[in-house]
This record gives sequence, structure tokens and C-alpha cells, in this order.
Amino acid sequence: MISRFLKSREALLAGAIVLLTVLIAIRFPAFVSAANLVRVFNDTSILIILALGQMMVILTRCIDLSMAANLALSGMVVAMLNAAIPGIPVPALIALAIAVGAILGAFNGIFVWKLDIPPIVVTLGTLTIFRGLVFVLSGGAWVNAHQMSDAFKAFPRAVFFGLPVLSWVAIFIVVLMTVLIGRTALGRAFYAVGGNPTAAVYTGIDVGRTRFVAFTLAGALAGLSGYLWISRYAVAYVDIAGGFELDIIAACVIGGISIAGGIGSVGGAVLGALFFGVIKNALPVVNISPFWQLAISGAAIIVAVAFNARAERRRGRIILRQSEAAS
Amino acid sequence: MLNSASPAIAQHASPSATQPLLTLDGVSKSFPGVRALSEVALDLYPGTVTALVGENGAGKSTLVKILTGIYQPDEGTITLAGEPVSFSTAYDAARAGITAIHQETVLFDELSVAENIYLGHAPRGPFGLIDWKRMNKDAAALLRRVGADIDPEARLRGLGIASKHLVAIARALSVEARIVIMDEPTAALSHKEINELYELVERLKAEGKAILFISHKFDEIFRIADRYTVFRDGECVGAGLIADTSHDELVHLMVGRSVDKIFPKTEAEIGEKVFTVSGYSHPTEFADIGFELRRGEILGFYGLVGAGRSELMQALFGITRPSRGAVRIDGEVAVIRSPAEAIRRGIVYVPEERGSQGAIAGLPIFQNVTLPSLGKTTRAGFLKLAEEFRLAREYTSRLELRAAALDRDIATLSGGNQQKVVIAKWLATKPKVIILDEPTKGIDIGSKAAVHEFMSELASEGLSIIMVSSEIPEVLGMADRVIVMREGRIVGEFAREGLDAETLVRAAAGIDKVQS
Amino acid sequence: MSDTTARAIPDRLESRWTTWLKSWEMLLVGVVVFVFAVNAYASPYFLNAWNLSDATFNFTEKAMIAMAMALLIIAGEIDLSVAAIIALASTLMGLALQYGAGTPELVMIGLGVGLLCGAFNGLLVTGLGLPSIVVTIGTMSLFRGIAYIILGDKAFTGYPVDFAFFGQGYVWWVISFELVLFLFIALIFGVLLHATYFGRMVYAIGNNATGALFSGIRVARVKFILFLLTGLMSGVAAVCLTSRLGSTRPSIAFAWELEVVTMVVLGGVSILGGSGSIPGVVLAALIMGLVTFGFGLANVPGIVMSIFIGMLLIGVIAAPIVWRRLRGESAN
Repeated sequence: MISRFLKSREALLAGAIVLLTVLIAIRFPAFVSAANLVRVFNDTSILIILALGQMMVILTRCIDLSMAANLALSGMVVAMLNAAIPGIPVPALIALAIAVGAILGAFNGIFVWKLDIPPIVVTLGTLTIFRGLVFVLSGGAWVNAHQMSDAFKAFPRAVFFGLPVLSWVAIFIVVLMTVLIGRTALGRAFYAVGGNPTAAVYTGIDVGRTRFVAFTLAGALAGLSGYLWISRYAVAYVDIAGGFELDIIAACVIGGISIAGGIGSVGGAVLGALFFGVIKNALPVVNISPFWQLAISGAAIIVAVAFNARAERRRGRIILRQSEAAS
Repeated sequence: MLNSASPAIAQHASPSATQPLLTLDGVSKSFPGVRALSEVALDLYPGTVTALVGENGAGKSTLVKILTGIYQPDEGTITLAGEPVSFSTAYDAARAGITAIHQETVLFDELSVAENIYLGHAPRGPFGLIDWKRMNKDAAALLRRVGADIDPEARLRGLGIASKHLVAIARALSVEARIVIMDEPTAALSHKEINELYELVERLKAEGKAILFISHKFDEIFRIADRYTVFRDGECVGAGLIADTSHDELVHLMVGRSVDKIFPKTEAEIGEKVFTVSGYSHPTEFADIGFELRRGEILGFYGLVGAGRSELMQALFGITRPSRGAVRIDGEVAVIRSPAEAIRRGIVYVPEERGSQGAIAGLPIFQNVTLPSLGKTTRAGFLKLAEEFRLAREYTSRLELRAAALDRDIATLSGGNQQKVVIAKWLATKPKVIILDEPTKGIDIGSKAAVHEFMSELASEGLSIIMVSSEIPEVLGMADRVIVMREGRIVGEFAREGLDAETLVRAAAGIDKVQS
Repeated sequence: MSDTTARAIPDRLESRWTTWLKSWEMLLVGVVVFVFAVNAYASPYFLNAWNLSDATFNFTEKAMIAMAMALLIIAGEIDLSVAAIIALASTLMGLALQYGAGTPELVMIGLGVGLLCGAFNGLLVTGLGLPSIVVTIGTMSLFRGIAYIILGDKAFTGYPVDFAFFGQGYVWWVISFELVLFLFIALIFGVLLHATYFGRMVYAIGNNATGALFSGIRVARVKFILFLLTGLMSGVAAVCLTSRLGSTRPSIAFAWELEVVTMVVLGGVSILGGSGSIPGVVLAALIMGLVTFGFGLANVPGIVMSIFIGMLLIGVIAAPIVWRRLRGESAN
């Protein structure tokens, strides 16, 4: 068990993150103070949630470029509703955000399932549609902090047992996903569909429907992130999380989730996101301009994908008998 | 000459003590241009191994796909334990207790062994969640039952082919299969692994499973099968008890027709050496290959699936690199590192996988033909369409292609006509040596005849031909000389005169030591 | 009927004209005419030569990249780093400006950086056999990241006066240099794809890369050249855009890669590779430019236009599938 973990991609990535943290801590011990580590995790929470959503989609050999736009639209819906009718309780708004996100995700999924349109085309289209709808909905106006109710803004910041609720939500999602991916037939079907679609059909799995479900669940997580993002930063506007869709995919790739489908783990996605979080938070500490972040993550993606590809390379068939080859 | 076969026809076989578990009656299946199965019958009895024998293209794999619910028969009935059944999906067949262990096992490389066994019907714990502990334990028990020493938690990717087979068998047991189909299960196994598999088959038999065993190897059929059914050209031509038959009779049934009548072999004048291969070896696929090829000669390469013939040809064509050995063309040493170089040297290869390697679906017929010879139909890199059409017309008409127009997508053609286009494409490069890898695999009788006729014509024009084929009549009918390969090595070389099917089958399967 | 006669197979069933009339490109021509007519009807300012000329700047730079991207996607690969290449090329041009580079040097740097970035992508994809979509998401962050490292939140300005010609100059009357350059590039790529050996190899690779390899095509080399060309076109676009804006920020051309890909797919290029044409992509660029311009005249913000483009993208791909399915079901 343990030796198997030590040989895994996840262990390597965890090692890299720990090493990075230790190196920073040698020069700047404040970085590893409990308060700072909590902050790093909290900063990364939304990326973790989104990466887990994207992971399901990528596992089934698809891709969702519309997650950040989905986040913006779901977030804007609840922000405007909150501004207009402050009396609606926050749990209802969260449920609404998740529902809106799920519907948008299902919209992607239905095109992939029923019409067989390549996921990259569908989500490229819905990316611009969702973003455009945010504008139509808001008229281009911002929803600012003073327009939002206090309860709306307070929820992700409330602290329990030393961690903000935002972090707890991320932890809850990680646990939920661990169970879903590891312990349910649906979770295993994601792997089967992405790993070998033909064989999945032989096993009685409906490939299209499984992909649809993956898109819907990813959408739901994007919707949840929509609320979390807007309440945490206490502002909603058209361009929130612009370009974030590629960060999400990048976190997955760094976390060892194969873009070809069927390979990846919850731990990998979380670590991939955390890698981003540590880099982003460490740069100001070690006095490197935060402008380095983008280039570093780009280089990390390239290294990660090269590394994954090497591990995935198939062995050929061997016709000559080993005994003969040896003699 | 078929008389000797008739006593073995199904109705004649001695009645078995038990009723058949599964009965196929009058099952037919057609595909555009091909009638794959024509009113075939098959009985499978519990606790009995039934061998299904036939050449490639006889309809065996179509039958397996019908039994496992991938294809639906056009007509005919399937009766399971007395009840008529029909399977509209693979899942239906699996639920009815029919499971197949395929040649290329269809399993999931990235999942664990236990999960591969239980995917779709994993044991559940509280809240309906998958109970991994129990799954691993149950899987370990199943693996012990099939005599496999495999860690259920290991990832499938790391296992060898033999172990993967065992996992597939364990999966079959996990769904309480009553009928187990084994499609050439020993094709890629070593001697020791094969013996273990035989023991396993015995154990399945003892458990009362009905087993359909598909194999080309006669020794194993006689060793483990109780009954046999022979298919030829989509028809059931014989069935009965193994105890009542012989090697000779089965080979006879399988090959059936008189060979010379069908094959338009003309005696071409065989000239000087064109192509010499010596000491040719690959780290994993083949070793010590040496042969020569003369002008106007058709050299057959026979062997079982997985004997390393295609791998050898692809190395000769520059797709993979050999580790040792030399190739001489017209006496001159040639180092071929890429297909482009091979083509320039006058060696071309018509691959076995027509869909993925030969035809370029999506391109029109004429562009498929001219693709490797574009150098000749362009000026300074610019295309000359009229010239392309001329070239395409010239070569496709020689092969009697049937198509609506030359600007149609090649994918709109039948398999046989696609193959004609692929051959035309290579001839247009005016090669010295043409390697045909299973040139008539999966194409209709009419196209087959056209391809064979054309091969004779080419040989008489002085082209040298290497023909890789697993179809005995084709090898006997077309080749001037036959090389037999087994497990990556040449195990025999035979002249055309006096060569018969048995000799080839024995050499390929290693029954007698017919070493050259 | 030709099945029974078998011998003489015609070259073509229908004339090239008939094929052309039934093509995707004809449909796009229809859309162009429609959009043009609606715009002309809706706004009195539309049919004005100078306004129309201004409208071309909406798409010329993206469309230059789309020409090369079309070839790349037809060959079954993709490059999402094109906008980041613009950012890096523009930034390095700005940097060279600080060291006193003149217009010829600036152009050389812009094109050179484009080529180098393209070569880097090409090496990773063809040399290491990595999937291009992930590789170019990586290089997209890397290239733009380097631009951010150099520039931070600052901007380079003060480009030489004669440098402005590339993005602001006019060749004749209302005909801008950018438009002429784009048309020239479109012509080159059109000829390259449709009339040369190279173009045929691109199609063959996109339809069946293994089959192409077995036919003696040097697949990796062709793909590498396509990445080079895409990088080069991004460099050209960087020169034009920098010249037009007269300044460089690291966020320059942000998210353009998605617009370029949309343009290519809308133009009828299959995202799965193997089919598509340059005239189609040129028409798609024209449609996107006209729609942007028309919405602009109607005071509709650009982002709303993006909804329209998004729906167009999904719609044009879904429509034939739905149509085929409806017909197929009625036939059964």
C-alpha cells in the first residue's frame, strides 16, 4: 500500500510541493506559520473545487472550457438576486447557484451526448455564450460589496475550528469527490469511459450518458464556485475569473490527469491546484514579482505533461519468447 | 473430394446425454457486400468444450459478436436453456451468462485487477458504496480459483498478456457465466502458460460451463475439445465429436474446395535475385530472418496470427527499426529508415489494417491513389489535377475498380474496392517489390478473385511479390514458394510443388518438427 | 448504374460548379450577404467606405493567424498559444525599442519571436509526441508569463512614426495596409493548401496520420512546419497589432486564441481534422468582422456579439448533424 503510494505521481507531486515549501521556509520561516498555510489553502479552495469538476470531465476523455464562464454566470445570478431581494436566505442562494451551474453544465453535456459534437467545440461556444449572458443579465454593471447582504458576504469568511468556511467547503467537496470517484459505480464509470470507450460499451456502460453526467456535475461545482468567488471577493462583474478556465485545466494536467482520459485521481487534482496556490502565495514572500507566476505555471504544465506522457507510453507486443531472447 | 467429410455433418453425430445449453439455428448475418454467416447452426453443451474451427474470414468472429450481443442476427434463432433469447446489447448477453474472452482482451489498463473483474457489478457496502475490501477479497478468491498468482490490487497495465487472459477469465467467473467463449486464447501465450490455460479449461468444464473454444491449433483442439464445429465461407460445414474425427478430416473440412480451380495462378518467369534479407533481427518481435526474392516471384509468408510476419514486413518498410541484419536490393545494401525511403527504393507495403493504415478515409479515391506518387504529378510542388486523374484512372481500371466517380470519398467504397484502391496506389509508384499483408482479408469473393488475378499479372510483368497470408488456400494457390514463421522465426521453407495444407498447418503450429 | 458497367469510372459525378454551389462556403457567402443586408438596412452609417474600412480592423489580425491555424487544425493539431506569442513578440519588440531598435529591426524581432515560439511548440509536439492541446495551454502561460515578467504592469510606448504604417497605414484610398497584407496571406495559404503537394499532405495527415505515414509522408516534419507557420503568422499579427495600438501591454490580444479557433471552425474546418478550406475561413472572418461592426453601429456591446458568435459556432456544427439524423430516421 505505502510503497505503491510512494511510487505514484501523487507522491512525486506532494514531494515537490513540500520541497518547495521547505526551501521557502528556510529563508522565510513566516511562510510556514499556521496562519499563512491556512491562508494559502483558503486562497486555493475555489481552484481545488473547480479542478475536481474538470477532472471528472477529463477522465471521460472530454474537456470543459466553459467552467470559468459558468462560474461568472451562476455567480452573477445569485449576486443580483441577493442585491434585489436581500431577504432570500443564503443556503437557498447557494442551492440556486449550484442548480444554475448544473443546468449550464447539462447544456454542454447534452450536445456532447446527443449530437456527438466534440467537447472542445461545444464548450468553446458556451464559453462565449455564458460570458455574454453575464453581460446581458447585468447590463455590464457591477454588483458591489455594499449591494450585497452581510450574510451573503459573511458565509465563506466565517471561521470554524481555525479554518474559514470556504476552506471547509473545499474539504467537504474533496471528501465527497473521493467517495464519488472511489466508491460509486458512476465514479468508476468515468475511468472506464475515458480509458477504453469500446470496452466500456461491452461492460454495459452508456458512454454518452456518463459524459453528460460528468459535465452536469462539473457545472454544479462551477455554480457553487460562482457563489463562493463572488461572496469572498464581494464583487461581481462580467470579467470575473476571466481566463481561469485554463488555470483549471492546468491544475489538472499538473496533477497528473491525462488529457487522453481514464487516468487521474482526486489527490492529483488537489495537489495540482495546491501547487498553483503555493507558487502564487510564495512569490511575494520570496520577493519575486507576482508577474512570474504565469510563466512558472506554464513551465510546470509543460514539464508535467512531458512527464505524464513518458509514464503512459505503451509497451509493444512481444512475440519472441523471453527465454529464447535470453539465450 | 468432399465425400470423406460428409459423415461428420452435425445431424449425424451421436446424441449427447444432456440437452444443449445454447442452440443457434439458421442464423444469418450480412454486411454490405458480404454474407458473413449463412444459416449456421451451433450447439453448446454444459461441461463440454466445443471447438470452433475455420479459416480467417469463415465467420467465426461474426458468430462471437452475435453471441455477445454486439451484432444482431438478420435471421435465425438463439435458444438458451430452452428459452428463445435475443440480445440487443452487450450487457444483455453478459446478464444472460454469456461471456467472451477476446484475443486482444478488452479490459481497462488503468484500473486495478479486482476492478477489471468486478466493473459494473462490484460488491456494495453501506449506502450502496463500492466495498473495496470485499471486492479485493472476492477477486483474490476468484484468481485463486483460476490458478492465477496475481495481486488483485495491482494495476492491469503492468501485467503480461497471459495474466490479462486470466483476469478476463476471472471476470467471466464473477458474472456467473454459463457460457464461456475463448477466442484464440493461446495465440500469444508461452508453452508453460498454455498448459496452465488447459488446466483452467478443464476446471471450467468440471464446473459445468459450456465452452466455445476458437483455435487454429489442431494439437490443442484434439487435446482439450470434446466436440467440434467447422465453418467455411460463412457456412457450417461439419460438426461432431472430436473422438470420431482426425486431423486430416478437420483440415479437409476447413479448406474444402479444390485449390487450383479458384486461383488464377499463371506461371511467371522467375528471374534474378531482386531482394535479399539476411540475419534480420528485432529486439522483441523477430530474429534471424533470412530469405531472398526473385524477379517475377510470389513468395508466401504463412503462420499463425502473432507469428511476427507483419512486424517483419513493417521493419522492411522502414516503420520500425531492426536491431541487426541487412537488406540488399539488386545486390546493393540498402538501409531503410522510413517508408518514404522504402518507396524511393522501390519497396512498397500494402498493410493488413486497411482502415487505419491503408486507405485514407476522407480523401477522394484519386487522391488516395496519387498520394505516394505526388512527386510525379506535381510541378515545383504544385498539383496537376488532370495528371492525377489520369494516373488514378489508369491504375484503378487495371484493377477493375467499381466506383461511382473518382472524386468520391474512398470510405464510400466496399472493403474489396477500397483494397483495390490501396493496391492501385502502390502500383502507381512503379515498385520493384510489393509486400501484400493479408491482401484479401475481409473482402468479398469477387474482389478476392480480382486481387488474385492481378497478382499473377504483376508477377508475369516482372514484379516481385511478398504475400503475407493466413489463408491456406490463398498461400497454396498463389505462392511460388512459402516461408512459414512461428514465434518470430522462420521455421520452414517450402517449394510450391507437392506442398499441401497439412504440412503448412503442422509447421505453423509446431506439431511435428518440420524444420527446414 | 455505374456499378454494373464497372469499366469506365468518371472523374467527377457533377461539375465542379455544382459541388461548389452545394458547399459550406456557399452557405457562408449567403450568411455574409445576409449580414451585410441587415446591417445596411439597420444603420445609415454602414454603407460608408471609411466605416467599412474601419470594420476590417476587427478581424484582419486574427484572420491572419486563422489562415495558419486552419492548416494546423486540418492536420489534426491545435495551437492555443497564438495570442500569447503576440504578447511575447510585442513585448520583445518593445524591449528592443528601449535599446534603440528601428522599424526594420522591430519587424525582424516580431517575426523572429513568432518563428521561435512556433518552433518550440512544434518540437514539443512532434519531437516528444505530446498532445498539442495541453502543450500549447502550457506554452500559452509560458509565453505570456515571460511578457509579464519583462513588463509587469507597465507598458512600452513611443514606437517610431514609420512603424505605425503596418497597423495604421493605407495603401490606396480606404484600403489599409493590413487588409492588403491579409488578402495576400490568404492567397498564399489558399494556394498552399489547395494547390500544392504540401496542402495534400496536410489533408492526408488530418484524415489518417498512420495511413499518411504508411504512404511515405514525413508526418512529423509537416506538422513541425505547420507550427512554424502558425508562430510566424502570430508574429506578423504582433507587428500589425503593436503598430496599430502604438503600445505594448502584456495583456495585449488577450483570449484571442479562442476567437481564432472559432473563426477557423466557423469557416468549416473540422476540429477533428481532415477537412476545411481557406475560402471558408476567410468568409468566416468576414462574417465575424461584419457582425462585430454591425452590432457596434447599433450600439450593442461587443460581448453581446460574442453570444451570437458562440451560438453560431455550435449551431453551424449541430445543424448538419441534426439534419442528417432527421433524414436518416425518416429513411428507416
